[in-house]
Amino acid sequence: MNFGTLITNLLNDTVAVSLPLFRPELALAATIVLLLLCRILPVLRHLDSALVALGGVGFALWYAWCDLRGLPVGDLAAGRQELFTGLIVFDSLTAYVRLLLMGFLVLYILFTRVSGIPDREDGADFYSLVLGSTLGMCLMASANHLLMLFMAVEMASVPSYALAGLLKGRRASSEAAIKYAVYGAGAAGIMLYGLSLLAGVLGTCHLPSMAVELSKVAGVGAASGTVMVLSLGGLMLAVGLAFKLSAVPFHFWCPDVFEGAAAEVGAFLSVASKAAAVALLLRVAFGLGVDESRQFIVYAIGLMAAVTCTLGNLAAYGQTNMKRLLAYSTIAHAGYLMMGVAAAVAMAGVFPAGSRAAVTAVAFYLGTYVFMNLGAFAIVALLRNTLRSEEISAYAGLVRTSPGIVVATAVVLVSLIGLPPLAGFISKFLIFASLVEAITSGAERPLMLLLLVIGGINTVISLFYYLRVLKVMTFDPPPAERAHEAFPLVSLPGALVTALVVPVVAFGIFWSGLYACAQLAGAFAS
Amino acid sequence: MDPTASLTQPALWPLTAIVFLPALVAAFLSLPIIPKAREEFIRWTSLLTMAVVFVLSLWMAWPQLFGATGPAQFRLGEPGMQAVVKLPWIDAFGIEYLLGVDGISMPLVVLTTFLSMLAAAASWPITKHVKAYHVLFLLLVTGMLGVFVSLDFFLFYVFWEVMLLPMYFLIGIWGGPRREYAAIKFFLYTLLGSVLMLLAILMLYFTSDLRLLSDDQLIAAHVVSPAVEGAARADALTAVRSAKNPVHTFNLLALAQLGQLPSSPFAAAEVWGMSLEKWAFLLLLIGFVIKVPVVPVHTWLPDAHVEAPTPISMILAGVLLKLGGYGILRICYPICPGAGLAFAWLVCGLGVVSMVYGAFAALAQKDFKRMVAYSSVSHMGYVMLGLGVWSAVAGNEYRWDAWAQGVNGAMFQMLAHGISSAGMFFMVGVLYDRVHHRNLEEFGGIFNRMPVYSGLAVAVFFAGLGLPGLCGFIGEVLVTLSSWNYSRTLAVISAFTVILTAAYILWAIQRVYLGAEYKGPHGDHLTPITARELAIAAPLVFFAILFGVAPQILFNYVTPTVNRQVETLADWTRRVHDAPPVAPAVAQRGADGVGSR
Repeated sequence: MNFGTLITNLLNDTVAVSLPLFRPELALAATIVLLLLCRILPVLRHLDSALVALGGVGFALWYAWCDLRGLPVGDLAAGRQELFTGLIVFDSLTAYVRLLLMGFLVLYILFTRVSGIPDREDGADFYSLVLGSTLGMCLMASANHLLMLFMAVEMASVPSYALAGLLKGRRASSEAAIKYAVYGAGAAGIMLYGLSLLAGVLGTCHLPSMAVELSKVAGVGAASGTVMVLSLGGLMLAVGLAFKLSAVPFHFWCPDVFEGAAAEVGAFLSVASKAAAVALLLRVAFGLGVDESRQFIVYAIGLMAAVTCTLGNLAAYGQTNMKRLLAYSTIAHAGYLMMGVAAAVAMAGVFPAGSRAAVTAVAFYLGTYVFMNLGAFAIVALLRNTLRSEEISAYAGLVRTSPGIVVATAVVLVSLIGLPPLAGFISKFLIFASLVEAITSGAERPLMLLLLVIGGINTVISLFYYLRVLKVMTFDPPPAERAHEAFPLVSLPGALVTALVVPVVAFGIFWSGLYACAQLAGAFAS
Repeated sequence: MDPTASLTQPALWPLTAIVFLPALVAAFLSLPIIPKAREEFIRWTSLLTMAVVFVLSLWMAWPQLFGATGPAQFRLGEPGMQAVVKLPWIDAFGIEYLLGVDGISMPLVVLTTFLSMLAAAASWPITKHVKAYHVLFLLLVTGMLGVFVSLDFFLFYVFWEVMLLPMYFLIGIWGGPRREYAAIKFFLYTLLGSVLMLLAILMLYFTSDLRLLSDDQLIAAHVVSPAVEGAARADALTAVRSAKNPVHTFNLLALAQLGQLPSSPFAAAEVWGMSLEKWAFLLLLIGFVIKVPVVPVHTWLPDAHVEAPTPISMILAGVLLKLGGYGILRICYPICPGAGLAFAWLVCGLGVVSMVYGAFAALAQKDFKRMVAYSSVSHMGYVMLGLGVWSAVAGNEYRWDAWAQGVNGAMFQMLAHGISSAGMFFMVGVLYDRVHHRNLEEFGGIFNRMPVYSGLAVAVFFAGLGLPGLCGFIGEVLVTLSSWNYSRTLAVISAFTVILTAAYILWAIQRVYLGAEYKGPHGDHLTPITARELAIAAPLVFFAILFGVAPQILFNYVTPTVNRQVETLADWTRRVHDAPPVAPAVAQRGADGVGSR
């Protein structure tokens, strides 16, 4: 093959195959450029950056929706396509997570517009950071190559560090940003080291090729040194992923960052970042999960899930700050999600249908999580605007003046506990269902039983701290010094909260549609 | 079934209305257009809603009262499921909106609507946040009714959980001084039970396989609706038969059919060295006995009862406790018969322990309401004993009639206790509204001050005591008699508990109602019973007497269904449990059993 054909092939691959399936990302990139131009050009100064961002994301959302709709329903493998010479992959998981992220962005931009952070001055900066980070997250969800994996993680993380420091005047915010950045840099370094170990032993960075090499290298009679290096590399890679997932023991940044940063930033990190990290975890775990390595991966994810879930829930008990409480709740929910991932990988070898169902469960969880957690953070942010506080004790007796917002909070928090008839219950039900399916199909039975029991216990213990917030809001008398500011539900913020809370109820009762979408994502596991 | 045909199912709207009308009205009341200050309007709306729901449930249960019998109405003497409603809900998991009533659930539905109506009327003294109170109350009612009529396990679970949150707030906001503690305790206990239940549900679901059932069984279980005829039916049956993978189901009737197969998939599967059937039975049992409640998981009950406002105590004792018994009868035994047989001693033992413990604890109480609460623990012990008496194991001689007697007695006890305990809590509430204390030591002489009230109260307490001629008697006697065949020791203990019951109730009556004069605080507030209170107390007393002298009114509903279920299970024992492979061992045990008599 001479140089000419190489160029022609490359051009052909890029223009004809890759770019059409890369439209959502392109739309985001174009919007970022436009936002930056808004910052620079005096002519565009007066454009509302939120509207610009919303317009751009609207396009991205439309393309993402078209891509998901365009997936062939019957033939599951046919939709899969490697783009940009195998650096990223387009398949049902990519399409689903991308749609989820774009949908989240639309809601998120509306929410930040209503809540007033960022102000007009910061708008262009803020939204370009958010969009840039989301671009990285889209790449995380579709990474098919270790190089892309690392770049995507960094691309998603670096803007987040800046976002954490958004409240420029506040020490806590700056502290959060620096903590996050240092922690993130450390995790990234370790992950990069792990990646280089894996790539060094396997001789490739392309995930599917790595799987092929892995079954050759780690097969029967493998040198113990090789296995050791591979395990070490895998664990170091897990450190980087765990940092993004805020999984224990790499969760320390999470409460501090959430408490220090604005609630708006917390919402972004807890929902979008989590969704992308889970998608990446699925990619890596399925990509590297050949018969020889599967048990190792399942145990690593499963045990981390058990610890994450339990510690997140226990640590949430003592919290007095609502954002900190939600941070630990986010950690705990990462645990539940990882349980689903563990079940999916465990069943991949023995029971593909179950594996698909487990990925579907995870995808469904992410879908409902958007509304639950964005709703929770929106309530925190909007109440902050009214009450000037994010402490739980400040919410005392809120039901007297603003019953509407208390009902909304109750719906969101009870959904996070996982009680029917709310969306959170269905998500948890599906995760538990996939664990039971793993048990009945005999895939890693002891671990799955353990996860099931731990998941059940955690549901019960999580009740207490979520309910404590509601208890303060309803049972406790309002503090004497509080002015009688009400938070009426019939208002713009009220409408926003309603728009976020209604799906939490609706997806708890009519969840066939979302489940069907999630099943498309589940097809990835075939 | 095509969508238009499914929307014309005769029972669809009546049953749906019974379950969802309260929730609908709750949604309406919660709208901002209803001003908080219009308390009377809200109270009347709530009461009228419950009255309408009560009449609707009566229309279903007792069609003769309303003229000709329609297809959606209950036909006495028919043991099977009636008025079945079947709509698809979540196709991916085969979850259906499957409702129906039979002789077990129909009386419980009417009891629920009746007590809820009385409780709505008893809610007039609630003056704090009236709007929120009635919204939560109506939501609670929807949850309770939904549990009794749902035949899909997923739907059942959803309704089961829907009750928790309203109850938490009802106790936590409108309760007594220790309300927060009581509310969270109630919630934690029940949630623990329901999470275990969820695990059992999932285990059963993923082990179930509809392909194992015959065509007749599929139709009987409403997997394929009996209303579908001809080619459509054949298609539906083939769809199940020709599936490549196991067809899982949440259908309670189908799960029961599967559990009673000679080769039950639940008995075959093993987890940690014990059959899945036994695991499921135990997990479900824990979930249900927390609700019943049974010693040692009863401790939430006295706290919840004492702190809850009077109408909520009535609902709690009258209906919520019955959900546990209903669950055991409807779910545990039919789906896991093998485990039911193996753990008969456990269920009966728990029953007798609660019976005795509850009675002794009631004797020791100084708080009137707490005493009544412990009497509930004691009385529900009879229900457990009656449900658990698997007389079939008494020797090789299958006395299904003895077990049927126990289960019928347990069902009657549940209904009777619904009347008498709600009545007792209401009577305590009437006194508390006047004198604002419940200390048994500080009462006395109420008879002189409130003669009409005291007469009614004493009647209700006698019903709770189990005096012949009143409703409490029948159930206790049947349960005690049937347990004789299972274990004489348990029968003797349960018979002697009656003495303890008599002791605490008579002692309470003596300390509260008898005596020369009232010396406690707020004596001047002891006004005669009001018309509203009389309108609540009188029906309770009326039914307590009616069901005591004419128990067949209830047995006409209960017996056909219970007898058939027990007969089926006894037959199952004969067919499956004592099938030839294990015949020698059984013969041996049978011989021993006969020898020891």
